[in-house]
Amino acid sequence: MTDWYETFEYDVVVIGAGGAGLRAAIAAAEAGCAVGLVCKSLLGKAHTVMAEGGIAAALGNVDPQDGWQVHFADTMRGGQMINDYRMVEIFAKEAPERVYELERWGGLFDRTPEGKILQRPFGAHTYRRLCHVGDRTGLELIRTLQDKAVHSGITVHMEVTFTRLLRDAERIAGAFGYRREDGRFVVFKAKAVILGTGGWGKVYKVTSNSWECTGDGCAMAYEAGAELMDMEMVQFHPTGMVWPPGVRGILVTEAVRGEGGILRNAKGERFMERYDPKKLDLSSRDVVSRAIYKEVQAGRGSPHGGAFLDISHRGAEVIKKKLPSMHEQFLKLADIDITRSPMEVAPTVHYVMGGVRVEAGTGASTVPGLYAAGEVAAGLHGANRLGGNSLSDLLVFGKRAGEHAAAYAKAVRTLPAVDGRQAAAERALLQRPFDASGGENPFTLHEELQDVMGTYAGIARTGEQLAEGLQKIVALQKRAEQLHAGGSMLFNPGWHACRDVRFMLTLCEAIFRSAIERKESRGAHWRLDCPDQDPTWGARNIVVAQSDGRMQVSTRPVPPVPADLTRLVRQGA
Amino acid sequence: MAEARFHVFRGYAKHGDLVTYQVPITEGMVVLDGIHYIQAHLDGTLACRWNCKAAKCGSCSAEVNGRPRLMCKTRVDEFGARPITVRPIKVFPLIKDLVTDVSWNYRVNQQIPPFTPDANDPGPWKMYPEDVERLYEFRKCIECFLCQDVCHVLREHEGMDRYMGPRFMVRIAALEMHPKDTRSRTDLLKGSGGIGFCNITKCCEEVCPEHIHITDNAIIPLKERMADDYFDPWRALLRLFGGKKEPRGT
Amino acid sequence: MADHTVPHPYAPSIPWWLQPAATVTILSGFIVYATWVALQGHGSYGSYLSPFYSPQVVVASIPISPAFWVLWAPAGFRATCYYYRKAYYRSYFADPISCMIPESRRRYAGETAFPFIVNNLHRYLLYAAVAVLVFLWIDAIHAFVFDGRVGIRLGSLLFLANVVLLSGYTLGCHAFRHLVGGNLDCFSCARGGQARFRLWQGVTPLNHYHAFWAWTSLFSVVAVDVYVRLLMAHVISDPVLF
Ligand SMILES: Cc1cc2nc3c(=O)[nH]c(=O)nc-3n(C[C@H](O)[C@H](O)[C@H](O)COP(=O)(O)OP(=O)(O)OC[C@H]3O[C@@H](n4cnc5c(N)ncnc54)[C@H](O)[C@@H]3O)c2cc1C
Ligand code: SF4
Ligand code: SF4
Ligand code: FES
Ligand code: FES
Repeated sequence: MTDWYETFEYDVVVIGAGGAGLRAAIAAAEAGCAVGLVCKSLLGKAHTVMAEGGIAAALGNVDPQDGWQVHFADTMRGGQMINDYRMVEIFAKEAPERVYELERWGGLFDRTPEGKILQRPFGAHTYRRLCHVGDRTGLELIRTLQDKAVHSGITVHMEVTFTRLLRDAERIAGAFGYRREDGRFVVFKAKAVILGTGGWGKVYKVTSNSWECTGDGCAMAYEAGAELMDMEMVQFHPTGMVWPPGVRGILVTEAVRGEGGILRNAKGERFMERYDPKKLDLSSRDVVSRAIYKEVQAGRGSPHGGAFLDISHRGAEVIKKKLPSMHEQFLKLADIDITRSPMEVAPTVHYVMGGVRVEAGTGASTVPGLYAAGEVAAGLHGANRLGGNSLSDLLVFGKRAGEHAAAYAKAVRTLPAVDGRQAAAERALLQRPFDASGGENPFTLHEELQDVMGTYAGIARTGEQLAEGLQKIVALQKRAEQLHAGGSMLFNPGWHACRDVRFMLTLCEAIFRSAIERKESRGAHWRLDCPDQDPTWGARNIVVAQSDGRMQVSTRPVPPVPADLTRLVRQGA
Repeated sequence: MAEARFHVFRGYAKHGDLVTYQVPITEGMVVLDGIHYIQAHLDGTLACRWNCKAAKCGSCSAEVNGRPRLMCKTRVDEFGARPITVRPIKVFPLIKDLVTDVSWNYRVNQQIPPFTPDANDPGPWKMYPEDVERLYEFRKCIECFLCQDVCHVLREHEGMDRYMGPRFMVRIAALEMHPKDTRSRTDLLKGSGGIGFCNITKCCEEVCPEHIHITDNAIIPLKERMADDYFDPWRALLRLFGGKKEPRGT
Repeated sequence: MADHTVPHPYAPSIPWWLQPAATVTILSGFIVYATWVALQGHGSYGSYLSPFYSPQVVVASIPISPAFWVLWAPAGFRATCYYYRKAYYRSYFADPISCMIPESRRRYAGETAFPFIVNNLHRYLLYAAVAVLVFLWIDAIHAFVFDGRVGIRLGSLLFLANVVLLSGYTLGCHAFRHLVGGNLDCFSCARGGQARFRLWQGVTPLNHYHAFWAWTSLFSVVAVDVYVRLLMAHVISDPVLF
């Protein structure tokens, strides 16, 4: 009867083949479920592949004093105490095992002379903690997981974009989308769905993120009724490339500072001495980003509005060995040899701490049968993520989400029914750009929304600006009704962009509404009009959810940290 | 503003043509920027793959002025005033414009026996730098498949059902030389892997954006390992009489 | 209308045929010269023994040029060398003549069938070539001894240079690199692994420039032989340096 879409059926459907999605799929398959893994680009190309610096786990290989307690404390402090401490505890305890497991699956890290996994220092980590392979740790992680996954009996569907989660009453019933290649519609029936869809850095123009980071998964979850949390927390990585314009935003890994790189302003001053005399260049990202921002504001910026980052004193050999892709990246793209001259860097949007609100141990969202792990999930990183904590997050919570989704799927008696009307409504939405004549260009609209975000929801925010920005986003949402695409449904980027833009606008709205609500400065959220931390806000997370077709903002209490764990946090401070 | 002339292949496997676009040049611009400009301002239906725009994911492979390149790493100013011709990767079936069907590679990958450590050795492992250092090079591969495109066995001799191609020789090398792997894949190399079809003419090595010495460090050492097992009468004799195990470490 | 599969125009900076043409010219020239030298039947002058005639083997009952008793080894070594294979597959067999250049679609079996499958025996020719190399070193030492006294003449230096280049070539051989350590999966687990790791590490840079050694040693062998022959013909004299 319904042959306008192709149907697939699995116990568990995993959306996203980054670190989180792959790890979840492996776990669900190992638990005995039929697993379909879906991603919108080719396998092995997900955003995770770009991760450079390393994966944080308290192995204590180079600093034996390190342990989960210290990692816990560092992470809580970095997140300014609005993290879900239960997640952080699980995370700090399980990360080492996840790293060793990667090694058992064929992953290779740099080694110490004693034959153990080498660890490097990173911002706001007390000890040397980041397991790494040169500056391509993400590639190692994704390739290892990918090879494990294809031999675990998982079915991979590449270049399929999901645009809507299907529900049977309250619970999840599957997902609907299209194949990029030919535009054919697909319905995946599933007992449980895991989101591993990553972040939405692409709502900003200057970002280190790849094109996939349009936040589809988060927006879909929201549309399916899930709660989103901490959406105001957008991480600006202090060191993105600045010049030439084409590469603006591309990441300069924190490992450059981990390996001894030093930040200086135009006058040659090591300005971090003023902002964080103790941790200096390896302070947490929010602090360093603000420092660079303030230096530029004070007229001490580099020629293209950033700071200088110098690693040349480490010598060509070390640089080429420990930071090969940085060396190549600057040589090829910016004509700069970093073994001789400093790089010019400025903050770039890098990571979103917020996302789908999940249960600490299981990754379950507020929608039954819908799970989330990785960057799309919120709670672990609080107001600011520490470098290297994302990759271990992907593994720890990817695995947990996979296991719990599998358990949930097995307990499901009756297969949820797919409601054809939901699919049909989505198809109508998807096809509308072909009908709208003379309407809006999705690429132009994307650029405009990026401009709004950069101007009104940047590093430094004020209530007034945020309110203005929200108005602009709402206006863009109106215009997005008129998006137009030419051509056919065969691999058509213009058409694909139409849906992406709508997802992004939803998330932009969530960022603005949450940022307006949080009337204090904390972590990545810096309000010039409320420059101080406010303990009442320190006890609350901001949550948005859809009700009656509108976005509602509310707060949830931050789970109170038990006394023994609080002591851990205080100790190191 | 100065402009560059782009000739971009548009169309499908059986019909298509180069279409010319004028694209304004900005400083330090790469070919992928030009393609994006075309998508955003001239024709939104132009299909191409890309993800990272930082030469890390290997999605944006194409043939730029006749050479397999990553579009995001190929500077426009490299060509001076010459027009820039961008065509899809030739060895794989075309889907549309610059997008080709690379699924063959994923099927090949699946045929390679996975990493197999000793099940009784759960770790954490000791692996010394000297044991793993040569593997890092192979692990750098970003699967851009440029080497597959340029390899004449695949490109000119329709070798897809006989030879896995340089990319997968690199992958097999990484597995074979892993100190903790217990499996031998020389039978695969000699058989369906088809390493004998490679005549070590090194075109793959010339195009690899990760500068992997595909031929010298992966393929030739693998050929030698295969020779150990299949082309060495002396060793065969030793094995027959001495029962001498392969001296490969673990 | 341009089909996706039509040959792509390639715009390299130097004409693509230049390299294969040069390879064919030089290699063919060498083969012709080597054959001529071998047919001469002799090649020594005083303390100097032409590398084409070393080690000197004379089998009285079979009257052929002594060169034929040994030349098969270096000739076979080079013919099965991974670098020369690349060079001749490209330039003599056009498989491929240059990267991205379309080939005529005839049957292609690469090294999976006769004759080129024989190239897999390269290691045996390595063993032979190493043996010959030992003799060449002895010759080179002899080239410093004149009537029982040590001396240095221009010829001595040529002999030394030649044998150094030949060693660089032979020890940079892929099969040698495999033999000394490349065949191990785990250096730290094998007996004598550290030594073998260091050997392997030492051979690797030589191997990296194998093409360089291949060409220079080819030229030096010819140069030494030409020098010896010019002395034999009394066209030049051997300058005494020390
Ligand atoms: C340049 C850079 C360097 C970094 N370095 C580090 C580092 O050193 N250490 C660290 O810990 N973290 C680092 N990070 C952060 C980290 O890489 C990311 O946070 C992490 O990779 C996110 O992984 P993920 O699995 O959640 O999602 P992603 O890797 O983003 O994967 C998302 C997946 O979802 C799929 N998807 C999305 N939408 C859809 C849809 N609608 N339909 C179907 N599929 C969909 C995509 O195709 C993709 O497969 C870095 C980030 C960047 C940008
Ligand atoms: S060296 Fe081998 S794999 Fe590489 S291009 Fe040549 S034939 Fe193909
Ligand atoms: S070996 Fe090099 S050219 Fe081949 S796929 Fe890997 S990175 Fe690309
Ligand atoms: S876009 Fe990732 S390699 Fe070019
Ligand atoms: S001599 Fe060239 S590879 Fe052996």
